[in-house]
Amino acid sequence: MPEPILQVRDLVKHFPLTQGILFQKQVGAVRAVDGVSFDLYPGETLGIVGESGCGKSTVAKLLMRLETPTSGQILYKGEDISKLSGRALKAVRRNIQMVFQDPYTSLNPRMTVGDIIGEPFDIHPEVAPKGSRRAKVQELLDVVGLNPEYINRYPHQFSGGQRQRIGIARGLALRPEIIICDEPVSALDVSVQAQVVNLMERLQGEFGLSYVFIAHDLSVVRHISDRVGVMYLGRMAELGTDTEIYDHPTHPYTQALLSAVPVPDPEAREGRERILLQGDVPSPADPPSGCRFRTRCWKAVERCATETPVLAVPKRFAGTGEGAAHLSACHFAEEKDVVHTAA
Amino acid sequence: MAALLEVRDLQVEFRTRDGIAKAVNGVTYSVDAGETLAVLGESGSGKSVTAQAVMGILDSPPGFVTGGEIVFQGKDLLKMGAEERRKTRGDKMAMIFQDALSSLNPVLSVGYQLGEMFRVHRGASKKDARAKAVELMERVRIPAAKARVDDYPHQFSGGMRQRIMIAMALALDPDLIIADEPTTALDVTVQAQVMDLLAELQRETNMGLILITHDLGVVADVADKIAVMYAGRIVEAASVHDIYRAPAHPYTRGLLDSIPRLDLKGQELYAIKGLPPNLLAIPPGCAFNPRCPRARSVCRTDRPPVYDVTDDAGRPLEPPRGSACHFWKEQLHDRPV
Repeated sequence: MPEPILQVRDLVKHFPLTQGILFQKQVGAVRAVDGVSFDLYPGETLGIVGESGCGKSTVAKLLMRLETPTSGQILYKGEDISKLSGRALKAVRRNIQMVFQDPYTSLNPRMTVGDIIGEPFDIHPEVAPKGSRRAKVQELLDVVGLNPEYINRYPHQFSGGQRQRIGIARGLALRPEIIICDEPVSALDVSVQAQVVNLMERLQGEFGLSYVFIAHDLSVVRHISDRVGVMYLGRMAELGTDTEIYDHPTHPYTQALLSAVPVPDPEAREGRERILLQGDVPSPADPPSGCRFRTRCWKAVERCATETPVLAVPKRFAGTGEGAAHLSACHFAEEKDVVHTAA
Repeated sequence: MAALLEVRDLQVEFRTRDGIAKAVNGVTYSVDAGETLAVLGESGSGKSVTAQAVMGILDSPPGFVTGGEIVFQGKDLLKMGAEERRKTRGDKMAMIFQDALSSLNPVLSVGYQLGEMFRVHRGASKKDARAKAVELMERVRIPAAKARVDDYPHQFSGGMRQRIMIAMALALDPDLIIADEPTTALDVTVQAQVMDLLAELQRETNMGLILITHDLGVVADVADKIAVMYAGRIVEAASVHDIYRAPAHPYTRGLLDSIPRLDLKGQELYAIKGLPPNLLAIPPGCAFNPRCPRARSVCRTDRPPVYDVTDDAGRPLEPPRGSACHFWKEQLHDRPV
């Protein structure tokens, strides 16, 4: 196996909760990300799924170093970037770029498309000398399937799907090795979503990109990802290849999540077993002790409240080579097929 | 038996500075008591505008209903006076909106807002209204309803707020509920809870439900019949089983094909080329023709009527199906282009 391009170790981000106006004192912390570890290999797509508030977008911001982690390491080619600043950080960011969720708010309405896509060159002028920038921007427009003549238009002249293409072109401008995509297709209509997903897959092949693909749509994530991580309340619940997660989930949360996804087939309506979770996700400011999922889990016993399950291959499956032999943070991990209908 | 709600040839336009946007161009559908109709379409297809016209909450101006009938329990809503219509709305028909946070008043407690229904429509006293509010919150399974009746909307989670919206719609036992993307803003596990609740309440009360959505998965889960909208028209109407088995319109086919499927991983997703049309300038002929793989010259000139889809012997189907495509027969049998 090749060396991972990005290694994340015990990443933690706590946002302080303060009280008082003049003399602020910390009264607690929102534990948005609380000990997340994973690797990203060159040329692969790692999907991260989870419900709102599970910390997946905070992970994206930490990887980009838009937020500074509270603790933990982010190793980019072996070098820890979690504490870098100034020039060293700028150099690393050239290789890690981001595509945002909302193509309506992530493009400056007063800048032309040429300025938006060309802005990375202003920050990293060594990539493209001034004279060649316009040609480079036009080439990028062509790469993402937009007419290069649109270079002087403004964002409002484009549809949602086209705007997301502009966002992708901006992400590609510096020829990064890693692109972090935070819900890149969630705001798009179904027919346009397929166009953008196809574009991203084509670009990955063309430029050898690694993607961290964050989304809440499980079928899109499965389509594009090589490996998938499931997050719950700031922790990774389960991590494995796409078949391991979707066909052999062992964590109860993953099973519930998969079973709740509506299947676009009315014939499957009867045979499906749905696991309906009770209640809502607890507040990340006051997460449950032990296993984070225990308050909604049907398997929870006392041990789950006292002993935090670690993300590891469950002992009973280790070395079997079966689909269930992948990382899962549950004391009682067992396989349960919830995607395929019991006919 | 007459249908609970029948919309016939409804036309809605928006008079804007840039011209007239024809948002709804002849929509016809019907819902019976106890039935779930899903109206499926992408943004800008006119699915929400149709619902707003039915409810009588269209922003006017710029929106105007320029033609058609909306017959509810035998009466044309468009011919009613404002006062009579206001009484029908809320009492006999209700709506659930997508975004519960912006649909609830942030400075009034949920108990007050729920009780308002009884005070305004039923003339209940403050005390009775509050008791009714607690009862409603229990009906939509909000835990500790009694303790939470004086809480404000921001103190509830997204799923709980959507339950309060549902409670508000249910308050006066309406015969028809229109739910406009009721679960789009919710996470999948919460979406499953809310959809289950809606289905259960529908069974209890035998109300008609119009579910407006763009999610083909949700539709397959709960709907009895589907109307697929494109550029302000219904391009295909059929029972849920028929439409997923064999769509009779190329747009429906395209939508179904563009969902990522497990057995086709690694292959390119099917994508409908191009973009939905600008409502200020809908293409002549069939509105879908610039994006359609089956388009021929007749599609660019003649607007297709809604054809009755028949079986091979030419007999109408039961339940009836309609498709607004000149070549529905080819599409139904999936003949190669």
